[in-house]
Amino acid sequence: MTSLRSTNAASPRRSATSKKVLLTVFGWSVALVIFFPILWMVLTGFKTETAAIADPSFIFSPTLESYQAVQERSGYVRFALNSVAVAFGSTLLALLIAIPSAYSMAFLPTKRTKGTLLWMLSTKMLPPVGVLVPIYLIFRDVGLLDTRTGLIIIYTLMNLPIVVWMLYTFFKDMPKDILEAGRMDGATTFQEVFFLLLPLTLPGIASTGLLSVILSWNEAFWSLNLTSSKAAPLTAYIASFSSPEGLFWAKLSAASTMAIAPILIFGWMTQKQMVRGLTFGAVK
Amino acid sequence: MRLARHLPLTSLAAAVAFAGQAQAETELTVATVNNNDMVIMQSLTDVFEEAHPEITLDWVVLEENVLRQRMTTDIATGGGQFDVMTIGTYEVPIWAERGWLSPLDNLPEDYAEDDLLASVRDGLSHNDTLHALPFYAESSMMYYRKDLFEEAGIEMTEQPTWEEVREWAGKLHGMEDDLAGICLRGKPGWGENMAFVSTLVNTFGGRWFDEDWNPELNSDAWVNAVQFYVDLLNDYGPAGASSNGFNENLALFSRGNCGMWVDATSAAGKLYDGDESAVADSLGFAPAPIAETPKGSHWLWSWALAIPASSENQDAAREFITWATSQEYVELVGETEGWTSVPPGTRASTYEDERYIEAAPFADFVLQAIQDADPTDSTLEPNPYVGVQFVGIPEFQSIGTRVGQSIAAALTGDSTVEEALDNAQRATERTMQRAGYLD
Repeated sequence: MTSLRSTNAASPRRSATSKKVLLTVFGWSVALVIFFPILWMVLTGFKTETAAIADPSFIFSPTLESYQAVQERSGYVRFALNSVAVAFGSTLLALLIAIPSAYSMAFLPTKRTKGTLLWMLSTKMLPPVGVLVPIYLIFRDVGLLDTRTGLIIIYTLMNLPIVVWMLYTFFKDMPKDILEAGRMDGATTFQEVFFLLLPLTLPGIASTGLLSVILSWNEAFWSLNLTSSKAAPLTAYIASFSSPEGLFWAKLSAASTMAIAPILIFGWMTQKQMVRGLTFGAVK
Repeated sequence: MRLARHLPLTSLAAAVAFAGQAQAETELTVATVNNNDMVIMQSLTDVFEEAHPEITLDWVVLEENVLRQRMTTDIATGGGQFDVMTIGTYEVPIWAERGWLSPLDNLPEDYAEDDLLASVRDGLSHNDTLHALPFYAESSMMYYRKDLFEEAGIEMTEQPTWEEVREWAGKLHGMEDDLAGICLRGKPGWGENMAFVSTLVNTFGGRWFDEDWNPELNSDAWVNAVQFYVDLLNDYGPAGASSNGFNENLALFSRGNCGMWVDATSAAGKLYDGDESAVADSLGFAPAPIAETPKGSHWLWSWALAIPASSENQDAAREFITWATSQEYVELVGETEGWTSVPPGTRASTYEDERYIEAAPFADFVLQAIQDADPTDSTLEPNPYVGVQFVGIPEFQSIGTRVGQSIAAALTGDSTVEEALDNAQRATERTMQRAGYLD
């Protein structure tokens, strides 16, 4: 009787273990499939151009000649500094505008709030090329072509709907009572936001900011179209190594590795905050 | 009193400082494509700046299609972001007609304008005036593996025909592991598969439009040419031919995976370079094959440097483009980078230079191909357009790409050749009607 019970108990446990193993294997496989192109790009950057077009192989003698060639041809640092300036500049500006907007929508909603939020999101559905010419003409007339300020403005506008939406969701999850208690104690709106709301929703704000930085860093359409030499960020740097005529695979891979390295390291360092922010309020 | 005494001296110092500043102030933004010849030009920036201390060069290098879109936006809106643009024979007449490019008349005598090859010069002129200076030019020709031809007992003819090529491809195909009888462009795009297919249609006796701009894409000549192309690639081409463009075929041929390849003459230097190519020792050259007519059997393309009318630095830009397309520049590249790296196809003097002829045994073929190509008379029956492998109208980019996609679908077996060409014909008719060419 005892042995029968123990066999019965072991069976679901064993099936739970095998399910766990299966899920782990599946998870790792998916991660590997997603990561493989990046790994291949990094490896190709260490090959010669001839080895890069030869039959795919993991065995080769690594060389830094592509990195050297890439560095000689164009100033990586200038492009990287532009990327840092526009990605962080636009994120800062977007947060400055989005925090008061999301606050008013979350805590002082009107009957038009939902419509406004949806309308904001709908602007993301327009293909950017549809407004390229008008924006190009405006930028030309106000002297914003090929300037960091111009790109910061465009990226801010591009990311604002997402930033407002995310912040709105985080603020909505905040118990109103805390803010009310503050108000009872005589806090002004500014103090309420600055000393109560922001510290309590900091993980959410951080993850929103990180997402905005990543989106701005990777943006290629506007950066290629609105900049030429002075304000061109790393996306333009990568594009300069792509070619339908001529073999540049190793150099393109080296340039791409250098372009994604800063944001990859940044993402790695902040992944804890990011995950915490994205799951903030998910379990109540 | 003291100020008055020092005033002339101060003014002189200020004037010198100002003059120095003004002299170093001209910053030229040069937009160019990413290929070997342009990379060499970029690497010689210091040489130009040393000779012209009042000018500094700022480079914007982009992939060809991205650059074309970027430059079109800027020039059409008068953005003035670029002082020098790298454009091709397709854009020059169209942009010049709209007044977007500065005419390049009264070139200095030492530029030797007469030394430019006539067909290239004509392709970059509008109303008999140059609107861009040729940096390098190319045509198309056939590359083949001499070792395989010998082994298979094939003798290359002076002017191969497409029928012969099909027969040879059959013999070569599979002679070695992973060896395709022939490699040709299959990737859709007006500058990709359609550059090749247009020349094939030309030599099969077809044309894009009749004299009244009616498309002829489902004519017998088109059907025969495209059916021949599809059969040839499906029977004797490499696997996945529909995704192969210039780069992919260059990689395949230089690894020894193609018996023959018909493509740009600009590949010759790379295939002949033993460091980049495994077939350098057995490389053979021949003119592009012909069928019904030799007319339009090989293309003509030139990358050229132009000055947009919106540039504020016209004089400095002219100084730069006359330097970069001069005999002096050819000499400089020959001496510093080696004579096979010299930008080909633009100047007669390059082909008279013993150093170049010795280093580049393909020089004669390239020169002949470029001189023979006539963009104003490229089809058996008369046509209303200029261009061998393209039609010199603004609508062609979208038409060419659309037709290229239909033909790629026929190549992969998603549609028959007739269906593909009927679709292409209907789409082209619609575009031409909307653009006002047809009623």
